[in-house]
Amino acid sequence: MSAVTTRPRSAPRGGELVAPVRITPLTAVQHGLQLAWRSVLKIKANPEEVFGLMLQPVMFVTLFVFVFGQAMMGDWQTYRDFLMPGIIAQSVIFATMGTGFSLSQDVEKGIFDRFRSLPIARSAPLTGAILGDLVRYSITVVMVMLVGLAIGFRPEGGVGGVVVASALVLLFAFALCWMSAFVGMMARTPMAVQSFAMILLFPLTFGSSAFVSPDDMPAWLAPIAANNPVTHVVDAMRALMLGGDAAGPVAWTLFWSVVITAVFFPLAVWAYRRRT
Amino acid sequence: MTDAIRAEGLVKRFKGKTALDGVDLTAKSGAVLGVLGPNGSGKTTTVRILSTLLRPDAGHATVGGFDVVSQPHEVRRQIGLTGQYAAVDAELTGTQNLVLIARLLGFGRTDARARAKELLERFGLSDAADRPAKTYSGGMRRRLDLAASLVGRPALLYLDEPTTGLDPHSRIGLWEVVRGLVSDGVTVLLTTQYLEEADQLADDIMVLDHGRVISRGTPEELKNRAGDQVLQLRTVDPAQLPLASRIVEAVTSTPVTTDGLLVSVPVTDSGVLPETVRRLDEQGVAVAELSLRRPSLDEVFLALTGHTAEDETAGRPANEGISA
Ligand SMILES: Nc1ncnc2c1ncn2[C@@H]1O[C@H](COP(=O)(O)OP(=O)(O)OP(=O)(O)O)[C@@H](O)[C@H]1O
Ligand SMILES: [Mg+2]
Repeated sequence: MSAVTTRPRSAPRGGELVAPVRITPLTAVQHGLQLAWRSVLKIKANPEEVFGLMLQPVMFVTLFVFVFGQAMMGDWQTYRDFLMPGIIAQSVIFATMGTGFSLSQDVEKGIFDRFRSLPIARSAPLTGAILGDLVRYSITVVMVMLVGLAIGFRPEGGVGGVVVASALVLLFAFALCWMSAFVGMMARTPMAVQSFAMILLFPLTFGSSAFVSPDDMPAWLAPIAANNPVTHVVDAMRALMLGGDAAGPVAWTLFWSVVITAVFFPLAVWAYRRRT
Repeated sequence: MTDAIRAEGLVKRFKGKTALDGVDLTAKSGAVLGVLGPNGSGKTTTVRILSTLLRPDAGHATVGGFDVVSQPHEVRRQIGLTGQYAAVDAELTGTQNLVLIARLLGFGRTDARARAKELLERFGLSDAADRPAKTYSGGMRRRLDLAASLVGRPALLYLDEPTTGLDPHSRIGLWEVVRGLVSDGVTVLLTTQYLEEADQLADDIMVLDHGRVISRGTPEELKNRAGDQVLQLRTVDPAQLPLASRIVEAVTSTPVTTDGLLVSVPVTDSGVLPETVRRLDEQGVAVAELSLRRPSLDEVFLALTGHTAEDETAGRPANEGISA
């Protein structure tokens, strides 16, 4: 990065400089955190967005549980328990697309140019955006859980199971948000990011075990759905929340999180550097 | 006097289109360098290279003695950038925008707040300090953007078309701010499409056209080259136009340009006006309009290049001004 050696120079005529002479990993982390604070401020400043974050899960949970519940599993309570882990995963996965969207917006509006003209770690705007978005994803998880609790969802895994399941889905979201960042830096406009996200995320989440077990899907679709990374995430969460053997799907989830990160982290950084 | 910016042979191409075609530039420390040019002439590209946002395809530049390509961090420690479009966070308040920059620049919490307050006061934004920037007017947003670029007390400030889209009152207010900064010892590089603005603020002007420097000098020198003012004349009877043109040419000893029924000519001495009136009168030419005015950028271009400053950025409105 830009850790350059300084040579002695006379004091600038404008005034004193407080910015660090060199970027260390510590200052890079500080800059990332300060920019994460910016993302959090933006969430707070946008009540509509928080409202959207809340409303969508409320709608999804109630509609799915009460519209499909009986048809799917005979009674809505059984389907509710089946659905909750899936809908948490689906909401968080959709929320990851916000990362690419807001990065694209920052580039378009010239905000990144301002940051890049400052003597700060070059990675900071990217890491800051992603750290800030992890807060957003966490809010999403809590919101959906609250809706579930309100309609009587009492997971057998208890608090521990819910916390581990949430951590797992957040890890997966962290992996996905590098993909989102990559898309955000490649797309020309924020709107393009959104369209792309829709095309990708609907099949990815609906073609998984989130809403329907792959066993009940047509023969051609079942194997695809069974091997969809989202299925592993949802199965792991289900096992952790409702009981069952979690080891297999948890291992798969970790595997996919690492693979997705390994592919898209470098791509996102590359696209970020190229664009900025 | 030392040079704050020194650039040689800057070239930048975008997908085969040449935006900068060998630009040399020096900005004297503590002075204002005005970069004057029409849409698409390469002003923003120049600023982006000098502020480390773009790498030149050829040539090199130093800012405060540091190379923009190999020592970007050092360059960034010297500069403040106010881009062509206000780069403030619309959702954040004025204070939050400035505190964020201050914190990034290493100010402590209390110092950051104090610095934000001080700058908001200086730019007349105290009343709006705690409102989200999206509720600001275009002019206020511009001022906040400028304040943001000054948080770190840069020795060198880039202003890319700072007054495009501002009303005359705000424009003059911004000129005052720039003058204040210069008196604090800040070096300013300012781009503009307005000759008047360059004339008001700049110690040196360079004129860009199609990515090349077509002229440079002090405002005085440029105006002498382009004519201080433009004399314009319209006759009542179109048939008398050639006669009127000959008279004007004789008085000013400069070739005129005719656009429809309008004859114009650059003049350096306003004393030609009464003389022109007298001769026209003598020859019985009925004058519909006769005026002296300052030359437009087009006319400066015409005088300097022999062609008008056509807009190359097809499809882009000329005055995009400030978008969010
Ligand atoms: N990112 C880019 N991709 C492609 N072409 C570009 C890009 N940036 C600039 N150009 C082109 O380079 C040329 C110079 O552009 P530049 O923005 O530097 O002009 P300018 O003098 O700032 O114009 P304006 O007054 O409209 O701001 C233009 O023809 C423009 O279309
Ligand atoms: Mg420009």
